[in-house]
Amino acid sequence: MTAMSVAPGTEAPVLEVTDLRVQFATDRGWATVVDGVSFSVGRAETVGVVGESGSGKTVTSLAVLGLLPSPPARVVGGSIRLGDTELLGLRRRELEEIRGDEVAMIFQEPMTSLNPAFPVGDQIAEVFRRHRRCSRSRARARAVEMLGKVGIPDAARRARAYPHEFSGGMRQRAMIALAMCCDPRVLLADEPTTALDGTIQAQILDLMRSMRDEFDTAIVFVTHDLGVVADICDRAVVMYAGQVVEKAPIDDLYYHPRHPYTEALLGALPQLDGGTEVLATIPGTAPTPGALPAGCRFHPRCAHARPECAHPTESAADGVALRWLSDSVASRCVRVDELRLRGAR
Amino acid sequence: MITYALRRIAMIIPLIIMVSFGVYALVLMIPGDPAITIAGENATEEQIQATRERLGLTDSFFVQYWNWISGAVRGDLGQSLFSSQTVTGAILDRFPVTLALTAAAVTVALLIAVPAGIIAALHRGRWPDRAVTLLTSIGISMPSFWLGILLVMVLALATPIFPAVGYTPLSESVLGWAHNLVLPAFTLGLAVCAEITRQLRGSLSDVLHQDYIRTARAAGLRGRIVVVKHGMKNAAVPVVTVLGFQVGFLLGGSVVVERVFGIPGLGDLAIRAVLERDIPMIQGIVVVSAAIVMLVNLVVDLSYGYLNPKVRQS
Ligand SMILES: Nc1ncnc2c1ncn2[C@@H]1O[C@H](COP(=O)(O)OP(=O)(O)O)[C@@H](O)[C@H]1O
Ligand code: SF4
Ligand SMILES: [Mg+2]
Repeated sequence: MTAMSVAPGTEAPVLEVTDLRVQFATDRGWATVVDGVSFSVGRAETVGVVGESGSGKTVTSLAVLGLLPSPPARVVGGSIRLGDTELLGLRRRELEEIRGDEVAMIFQEPMTSLNPAFPVGDQIAEVFRRHRRCSRSRARARAVEMLGKVGIPDAARRARAYPHEFSGGMRQRAMIALAMCCDPRVLLADEPTTALDGTIQAQILDLMRSMRDEFDTAIVFVTHDLGVVADICDRAVVMYAGQVVEKAPIDDLYYHPRHPYTEALLGALPQLDGGTEVLATIPGTAPTPGALPAGCRFHPRCAHARPECAHPTESAADGVALRWLSDSVASRCVRVDELRLRGAR
Repeated sequence: MITYALRRIAMIIPLIIMVSFGVYALVLMIPGDPAITIAGENATEEQIQATRERLGLTDSFFVQYWNWISGAVRGDLGQSLFSSQTVTGAILDRFPVTLALTAAAVTVALLIAVPAGIIAALHRGRWPDRAVTLLTSIGISMPSFWLGILLVMVLALATPIFPAVGYTPLSESVLGWAHNLVLPAFTLGLAVCAEITRQLRGSLSDVLHQDYIRTARAAGLRGRIVVVKHGMKNAAVPVVTVLGFQVGFLLGGSVVVERVFGIPGLGDLAIRAVLERDIPMIQGIVVVSAAIVMLVNLVVDLSYGYLNPKVRQS
């Protein structure tokens, strides 16, 4: 863990998302899919954004890059600051300058995220040349250099190969090379290892760690897998139904969760019990944005729910407020002070 | 890429032989005995029989085919039954006209279809897309002769801008040649354009939803480059397929449009040959058209290899 992760505010964050609200147009009007999300990342720090599928993680990261499809999406409030620059409300041209240069992104699907019609090296060189406005040969050299850095053997030759000639793991390495080629301040990684199998997953995480340390990149690591978060993140933000329900440094989150949803996610991690892997799941399903339960959004599935959990608290008109418990831990649970939750075993 | 190209070319040769055989056999089945026509109205049975022998019609089918195909390989498609021209000569006369008309029509089509298809794909479901879709539906369902007559009425007869009918050879006057081609090129081009726009709209809007387009945007590539370079190269395959089909069709001679505008192209030659039962001429035209279609398909296949790197290896 790096020194920066001890507490927020010890160094000015590189990326600071505050009270972000995103809505999607549906048949029954606007559905709020990201509801007041806040988090920040510092230099060389990795912050995990965790939650089940549909909790709004991808929408949050696309909003940072201004890549939400509009229609149907609209950002209705909040702030996204990159250093001193407010990204919300920037014009498209200004955003295009920042994307890929200062904020880069990698995605879940390595098989389809690279353009099948162009050689891998050309795709990296094109991005570098677009932002650095250098010569073709300089850009090509950079592409080869980056492919080498991400561990692609014989990079000069492989740069001329097409994506379909790469394996899934190699493609994700190439995606990382493409994302990192302009030395971005922030890397948004949206489930970068979810589609990969175990050993490849571990290699990609190793690679991301070494890239972060070499380039001092701030990483926002989006995943539904708390196990991966524990592997690479300094802090984590747990999302449920469009809201942040817990924020904590990774050890606190892991061993002393302060929200029943985090506890449930930890309980659902695969356990090695006497050699057999037991896969547990959280009972019930996450609510859809159009039909959110009143009060605590997690209460229909919560093992600790009490009748009062279904009523909004006075401090938050439409649910339960996120409350800071210390200067680095926050939880959105009305019973947080009375509960003794189980951490990872 | 080169082995891919050579393989494709090698595949064409047996195909052409098969097609030529089929064409030869089918055309011989056309009812009516050309010897009777040629020998003249008052010919005796002996004269007719002599004509048959002179034309080689008494030989067995395979001998006839062999004679014909061995000539064809050397560029000799035989003699027209009714004019002093050789079949090869007549086709060489007419083909450049059809080629020019096709080139002009395709240019018109692409100049309209590419921007229209891109705009529709970028605004899928919104009014620019609806407008384009409506216009292409009209364009596809409208018969080209009707559009041709409409253009003649509006642009040629009502105003003196363009000539209604006629053709000026390129060697005579470049301006006159171009002038004569404008209306027929638009007539053919608009029909082709509708098909291509529809295809481009469909494939480009699919491509624009692909992950790699999101990657290109996330990397800050400019919107226009994302669409034109990263989108179009992937969207092009079905478009090129349709375009190739249309070009092959046009190069075979657009009978109706050539008739409406009085253009002496391959289509016009073909219709005359059919009406006169000029069998060698029909055979020659059909085989040449078939060869052209196969050639166009070859070009289309080769373009797949360029557009889609995966194709080259399979
Ligand atoms: N293109 C879209 N159109 C409509 N709704 C969407 C779209 N993308 C996402 N959503 C909604 O936003 C919610 C959050 O999605 P997402 O951010 O992709 O979840 P996650 O990444 O956490 O799995 C989903 O429940 C979905 O209903
Ligand atoms: S508020 Fe109640 S229902 Fe919600 S997480 Fe806490 S205990 Fe569970
Ligand atoms: Mg997602």
